Amino acid sequence: MGTMPDLELAQRLKARATTLRRHIVTMASGGQVIHLGGSMSCADVMAALFFHFLEVEGGERPKDHFILSKGHTVHAFHACLAELGKIEEAEFRTLAQTGTRLAGHPSLKAPLVEFATGSLGHGLSLGIGIALAERLDGLDSKTVVLMGDGELQEGSVWEAALSASNFGLTNLLAIVDRNEFQGSGAVADVQPLDPLEDKWRSFGWNTVVVDGHDMGAILEGLGRFPAKRGPTVMIAETIKGKGVPSVQGSPRAHYVSLSDEQVAEALAVLEVE
Amino acid sequence: MLGFAYAFSQGGLLTEMAEANPDLVVVTQDLGPLSPFAERFPQRYFDVGISEANLIGVAAGLAHAGKLPFVVAMAPFVSMRSFEQIRNSCGYNGCNVKIIAPCSGLEGGHWGATHHAVEDLGLLRMIPGMTVLCPGDPAEAARAVAAAAAIDGPVYIRFGYVQPIEGYGEEFQVGRAVLLREGSDVVLIATGASVTQAIAAHDLLKQAGVSARVLNMHTIKPIDREAIEAAATEVGRVVTVEEHFVNGGLGGAVAEIMAELGSGRLVRLGLQDEFVMEIAAYPDILELVGLDPGSIAAAARSLLG
Repeated sequence: MGTMPDLELAQRLKARATTLRRHIVTMASGGQVIHLGGSMSCADVMAALFFHFLEVEGGERPKDHFILSKGHTVHAFHACLAELGKIEEAEFRTLAQTGTRLAGHPSLKAPLVEFATGSLGHGLSLGIGIALAERLDGLDSKTVVLMGDGELQEGSVWEAALSASNFGLTNLLAIVDRNEFQGSGAVADVQPLDPLEDKWRSFGWNTVVVDGHDMGAILEGLGRFPAKRGPTVMIAETIKGKGVPSVQGSPRAHYVSLSDEQVAEALAVLEVE
Repeated sequence: MLGFAYAFSQGGLLTEMAEANPDLVVVTQDLGPLSPFAERFPQRYFDVGISEANLIGVAAGLAHAGKLPFVVAMAPFVSMRSFEQIRNSCGYNGCNVKIIAPCSGLEGGHWGATHHAVEDLGLLRMIPGMTVLCPGDPAEAARAVAAAAAIDGPVYIRFGYVQPIEGYGEEFQVGRAVLLREGSDVVLIATGASVTQAIAAHDLLKQAGVSARVLNMHTIKPIDREAIEAAATEVGRVVTVEEHFVNGGLGGAVAEIMAELGSGRLVRLGLQDEFVMEIAAYPDILELVGLDPGSIAAAARSLLG
C-alpha cells in the first residue's frame, strides 16, 4: 500500500513545477522556437524527480541516474538546472545560440547530463546497463529513464522492455510522459499505443498510472518504486503544453514560439502562490 | 578458422582478462553461452537475446557506470542494426565499449548476403573516436582483444575466417601495419582473412618474377598513413584486398590517403558495389568475387603492364 503523500511536500513541489513552467515559457519567447509541449507536460514529474526523488548531485559519480530519453524536451531539464543553481536564469537567453551550453537536446557541455540524447528509443537500454552495473556493485541507487509516448513507437523501446524484466531490474524506473501528441498529431491517430499499461504489464513490468499534473498522485506513484521484483513503469497522463492556454492540449504545442501575448497569458496562469 | 570459432575461443581469453579486471563484463546476443566466461562469471555475463539496438545500449550503460563491457555479436547485425546506438552512445557519448564481431566479410558464404558483413569497416571507421581492428590470424585476433581492453574508448574488432600465418608472432601495435613480405614492384595491402590470400598471391607473383610487398593492415582506424604513403611513394603500385565493398573500407581509406598524397596507382579488390547473388560456400566465394590468390596476383600484374 502506498504511503499517504506528504501534503506540504506536494505543495512545495507543485510550486517548483510552476516555476519550471515559467522558465520554459520564457525560453519560448522572443522568437525562439522550442519543443514546448513535451517540456511543459513533464514539468511536474521533473520537479518531483529533481527536487525530491533523485540524488543526482555530488562527487564524480551521482548516487542516482537520470536519462532524458525524450531529449527534445530538454528545456524542462534546463529549467531544473537553474532551480538547482547549476546555471543562471540569464543563461536561458543563450539557448540554441552559438557557443551555448543549452542545446536543443541534452549536451555533455551542460551540467548533470549523463547521456547526450536526442534520437528517440535509446534511453531505456542505457538505463538497463546502468542499473545492471549498479546492482553488480551492490549500490542502493535509482536509475530513472523518462520517455515520451510517441517515443514508444520505437521498436528498441520494446527490446529494452523485454530485457529489463528478464534481468529483474528492480532498481530501474521508466516514466512515460503520456501527453497524447507527437510531431505530426495525436498519437492515437498516428500509431495508437493502447492498451498501454497492459503492454508494459505483459512485458513483465510493475505498472502505475498517475495524473501527471497531480503532485500527490505523482509522489504516490514514485512511492511504488522499487517493487519487490522487476522494473517499474510509471505512466504519467499529461496535457501537452500544460500551462500555456493558447496551445495546450493541441498539436500546436509541440514545437512552437510564443508571442508576447501568449507569454503574458501563460505567465498570468502560472502565478506562483 | 571460423570467426565464430574465434569468438567462442575468446571466452577463455576474456575469462583470463576478467580474472584480472573485476570491471570486465560480457554482453552478447543469442550466440550460445560464451563458456567458460559464462560459467566462471555468471553475474558478469549478459545475454540480451536477439536485440541489437538494446545490446549496444545496455553495453553503453554498463560502460557509463564504470564497467568494461565486451560485446560479442554477429558482425552484419551489430554493425548495421545497432549502428546508430554505436554512433551515439559509443562515439558521441564516448562510452568505453568493445565489440567483438564474428561472421564478418564473406564468412557467411552460402547463408547469403544478409549474412555478409561487407559494410562494417566503412561504417565503423566513420565514427569519431572509434578504433577499428581487423586481425589477420588467430593469434593476432587474441592480441587485438587484449589491446582493445587497454584502449580508452570504443573499439570494434572484426573476426573473419582467418587462418594461422606461418611463423607470424608479431607484437600487436594498434595503428601500425605489419610488413609480412618485402617487395619492390607492387604492394598488396590486405586486412583480416584477406591477409593469407595476399601472402599466397605474393608467392604466385614471385614465381612469375614479380616482387610484391605484403602489408597486414590489421588496424583500419587509426590507419597507418605512413605505411600507405611509403607504399605509394616507394613502389607506386598498390592493391588493396578486403572482404568488404571497395567503397568505404580499407580500399576507401587507402584511396583517400593516396588521393591526398597525389601519388601512386591503386586497384581496390573486394566487392565492386554489388551484392553476391550467387550461392557459394567459403572459401569458394572468394574466387567468385576475385579475392582468391590468382585474382589478386592478376590485379597486381595489371598495374605492371
